[in-house]
Amino acid sequence: MARRQGGRTLEFKDVGSQDGPLLVVEDLHTSFRTARGTVRAVDGVSFTVDEGRTLGIVGESGSGKTVLSRSIMGLLPPRDVIRSGTVHFGGHELTAMDESQLRSVWGAELSMIFQDPMTALNPVKRIGTQIGESLRLHLGMDKNEARSTAVELLRSVGIPSPEERVRWFPFQLSGGMRQRVMIAIALACAPRLVMADEPTTGLDVTVQAQILDLLADLQRERHMAVILVTHDLGVVASRADDIIVMYAGRVVERAPTRTLFHDTKMPYTRALMDSIPRLADPSGARLDAIAGRPPDLIHPPKGCRFAPRCQYARDKCRESDPPLRTVGSPDHLFACWFPLVDGVSTAPPVKVTLTTSGSDTPQTGATEPPDQTPDAEAAP
Amino acid sequence: MTETLDSGTIANQSGDVVLDVRDLVVEFKSGRQRVQAVSGITFQVRRGETLGLVGESGCGKSTTGRTLVQVQPATSGVIDYQGTDLNTLKGRALRQVRTKIQMIFQDPISSLNPRRRIKDIVAEPLVIWGRGTKPERAAKVREMLEAVGIDPDAAGDRRPGEFSGGQCQRISIARALMAEPDLLICDEPVSALDVSVQAQILNLLADLKARFQLTMVFIAHDLAVVKNVSDRVAVMYLGKLVEVAGSDELYRSAAHPYTEALLASIPEPDPDHTANHKALTGELPSPLNPPSGCRFRTRCPYAQERCAAEEPPLRELAPGHQVACHFPVGPLGQAAPAAATA
Repeated sequence: MARRQGGRTLEFKDVGSQDGPLLVVEDLHTSFRTARGTVRAVDGVSFTVDEGRTLGIVGESGSGKTVLSRSIMGLLPPRDVIRSGTVHFGGHELTAMDESQLRSVWGAELSMIFQDPMTALNPVKRIGTQIGESLRLHLGMDKNEARSTAVELLRSVGIPSPEERVRWFPFQLSGGMRQRVMIAIALACAPRLVMADEPTTGLDVTVQAQILDLLADLQRERHMAVILVTHDLGVVASRADDIIVMYAGRVVERAPTRTLFHDTKMPYTRALMDSIPRLADPSGARLDAIAGRPPDLIHPPKGCRFAPRCQYARDKCRESDPPLRTVGSPDHLFACWFPLVDGVSTAPPVKVTLTTSGSDTPQTGATEPPDQTPDAEAAP
Repeated sequence: MTETLDSGTIANQSGDVVLDVRDLVVEFKSGRQRVQAVSGITFQVRRGETLGLVGESGCGKSTTGRTLVQVQPATSGVIDYQGTDLNTLKGRALRQVRTKIQMIFQDPISSLNPRRRIKDIVAEPLVIWGRGTKPERAAKVREMLEAVGIDPDAAGDRRPGEFSGGQCQRISIARALMAEPDLLICDEPVSALDVSVQAQILNLLADLKARFQLTMVFIAHDLAVVKNVSDRVAVMYLGKLVEVAGSDELYRSAAHPYTEALLASIPEPDPDHTANHKALTGELPSPLNPPSGCRFRTRCPYAQERCAAEEPPLRELAPGHQVACHFPVGPLGQAAPAAATA
């Protein structure tokens, strides 16, 4: 959120290059230097987002999805970070801008909704002031205008008695209400793209549904593009136009939402879907857990990074890295040597019985101890 | 395993019921006022079953769980554990019963002491009770770590900081099982974990439950998770139980409008899932000043005048299916006549 005056440069108003995607991310890499070595948190990610569309970015913790969203925004710590690649957004090359230039874009054209509204909001400022900040900065409103616009924004995000609530402090609001305030701040200047990083994690399911509905309504009204970053496939399934699945810093599959669910190519995506308990399953149904855990990004495994946990992994997977490619539809990209076809792996049969794979063939005998040590591979 | 603990108080095996909770009330002080987090709930847990307890944050489900292990004292009511009212126990007698009722918490990392080694953390319950010799305890630690899928040789000398959230949760589970409990209270044990790890832990709990013949109370806000692990589910709203039913039954024929709304708001990982949005409006009212009559009426799409005037009791709608609603919905109730606006 743009906090201080960034020299109200309003040159973004003339951009409007309507043809071509709104956001183009090309070969983005972000690494962190740590005492243990270089962590490649984002490792060569490319994608585009069109005006008005919703892109879901899905991954487990440690997959790099949050670092990716922050790398796009330019919100990275100043030290020990190496970023390469380019991010073009509505005519700007964000990766070439310094912080003061970015400030004229943040909040105005490109804004962010953070996961934890308690820490993202300033605890000692009234919410009206916080909403008004970007209005005054980017749209040049005076105090009274900003105040009345803030009231309207609070009303539009469904906060009851907004005239009174503008004077409240964040601690006086519940988690769901705070997230609504965050949305009001993010949308204040009618941005063209909103990056929502786990916007509903930590909220109750009932409130989550309200917040996601609200975001979708506002998006339709204002024709914004939204990037919804989440670990929960359920959140994006009915809300995103396209989905990117990330694993170990890379995109492993990208497709229009229905295609992703109905014609899943990458075994990781399938495994992620299968590990979610579903209401329609009878109670006590055994879940298809993914054995093991994501790799260490300082020393990622050779070949496909999912191979150590993949039940279909073959020698080729452990030796060479599968590129992100398409078969048939150009919209559907995946990084797998043996993609699934109708849910069945195309991996060739193995002659010797699988001994090395960490596959989690569920031990059916319920009384069996789970001694296959699923997520307990010895720590370094 | 020989049964070393045999408290004289645990005698009366009242049939199948391990835990019989009656009119449990838990109050907290808030300034000069008193807030009821739990306002008179009654339920039973039968031997070998898993009872799920669901509701939004602030509904009192965690407080209920904490009161069951007496980390939080009850204000009134009875928690009858095999013939003993836990609310009346103190000191050694209480501690002794507690070995039989163990709890697993939401945040696995902060529930393990970061400065101690895994094998010492897991051995602690036996050390406290002076059970077994050192080698016997070490053997038991190995057994439990193996049971939860942690390699005792690789992990025993490490400290919690070296493990992921899922592994820490496994270690917490191993520790909880050391004292050979009867009853395991799990308070949101998977809500801080990634979905893939969540599935591992849920499967593990199912395995351990069968292996050690545990009875469980599983507290969570995610109805899909609760349904997966539970035999029966109790839905809580603002300190009260609103519906109790078998988990498949609850999903098939939810009778309370709140349960219906909870089910509808779960995001299904399916793009074709038509969001039959009965998304709730509003938020949980303040427990300082709960609504009159039915506590859910302020958010209920079917609320009538009667709902404000008269509190609906928890009543049996079908065998094993209880609901607290004047106008139950779904196949079991005729939806409220002419759904009035609130």
